[in-house]
Amino acid sequence: HLATSLPLPSERDHRRPRIDLVVFMIDIKSKYSLKNVETSLAHVDASFFLGKVCFLVTGVGRVNACSIETNAICKLGDAYCSTVLFCELELEGIRVATAQRLLRMLQICAGHIPGVSALSFVSLMRNSGDA
Amino acid sequence: ESADPQRAAFLLRKAWTLYSVTPLYRLQRGRLREYARLLGAFIAAEKQKGLAVEVGVELDIKVALSSLADLRGSELDQAALLVQLSSRSRASSRSSEDKLVWSGWFCSMFGDDLSENMPEDFTSLPLFLSHGPESYMSLVGSWFQKTFDCCFRRLAISPQNLSWMVAMWAGCKLERAASAVELVFSVPRLSQPLDISYAIHPEDAKALWDTVQKTPGEITQEEVDVFMDCLYAHFHRHFKIHLSATKLVKVSTAVASAHCDGIVKILQSQYLPGVLMLLTELAISQIQ
Repeated sequence: HLATSLPLPSERDHRRPRIDLVVFMIDIKSKYSLKNVETSLAHVDASFFLGKVCFLVTGVGRVNACSIETNAICKLGDAYCSTVLFCELELEGIRVATAQRLLRMLQICAGHIPGVSALSFVSLMRNSGDA
Repeated sequence: ESADPQRAAFLLRKAWTLYSVTPLYRLQRGRLREYARLLGAFIAAEKQKGLAVEVGVELDIKVALSSLADLRGSELDQAALLVQLSSRSRASSRSSEDKLVWSGWFCSMFGDDLSENMPEDFTSLPLFLSHGPESYMSLVGSWFQKTFDCCFRRLAISPQNLSWMVAMWAGCKLERAASAVELVFSVPRLSQPLDISYAIHPEDAKALWDTVQKTPGEITQEEVDVFMDCLYAHFHRHFKIHLSATKLVKVSTAVASAHCDGIVKILQSQYLPGVLMLLTELAISQIQ
């Protein structure tokens, strides 16, 4: 399900399936997208931040079009205890690899992978990821 | 440490195209005359090959190389190196003056990060500025690259860096009435290109920056962000457009103006070292 911002319209609440993973997309070329994500975060229930939220930063291939400081995004990831992924959607290889990573994360969050919970997975990512 | 105003005059009010340059191998300051001769011969040879530089009147290109001792920041910096191409039409008489057709200069302003650990035979002049036809730039560039084993790359300026520049320069104190602070934004993903120009009274911009900046002489990323957010919020209040979703492509102040394609114009000699220092930093980060 795609949305440009949160909260989701309440009319559809009763028909909405269970949400296993929320991916916030930030376009590194647009400061506005970061602000939008920051305001939307306030509408997410705290239980999601136990591994069911991920920040996906797009457009990182173009260093010269950067409007947001990478540091600021990493701090956001730290503040919300969530994974931050960087990708470049314009390159097919990276696009496909990123989709596969997200799919894997979704499978874990939906409980389809025995022995790995969303919480254990995000702890693993955060401990090994930031080097 | 301001550069001698007379010498620096040639820098001002010209649109300079920026490049980053990797360190030059075995550049000897004592041989500038010889280098000028060799570069002149190279340009003449390339013209013979038919790589026409200027169509029409036959022009002889004369090359002049000079060191600008006062155009540097710290003791570790190398003095700037100026390259000038002049032409004299063969048809005209000997007494006619040479006409300057292209100029470019290498510079390092507080480029200590790079020059600190420079091995013996290398000269660190990471910033190159060119003014004049692109055809001459590529000739001069390829000669330097071949002769000193260095690499020239166009220096682009990101919206983030442009924001730093406008915040820094809008806050500069100027004696005379200054021109407006202008920001130009390009709106992405439209069928027809759209540019938004946002002009702010220089006193208002400076007043805003003064309330944001906590320590004089120091600027942080947070302060730049707050400054820009205020400008964006003001614009949104009036026009309901989120400038933060567009791409900042050009900034203009009374001190200097800069375009994301790596083109700058410096208007005040007073702040020349500061501007060059920032550009040197950008060039160095592109090299590393």
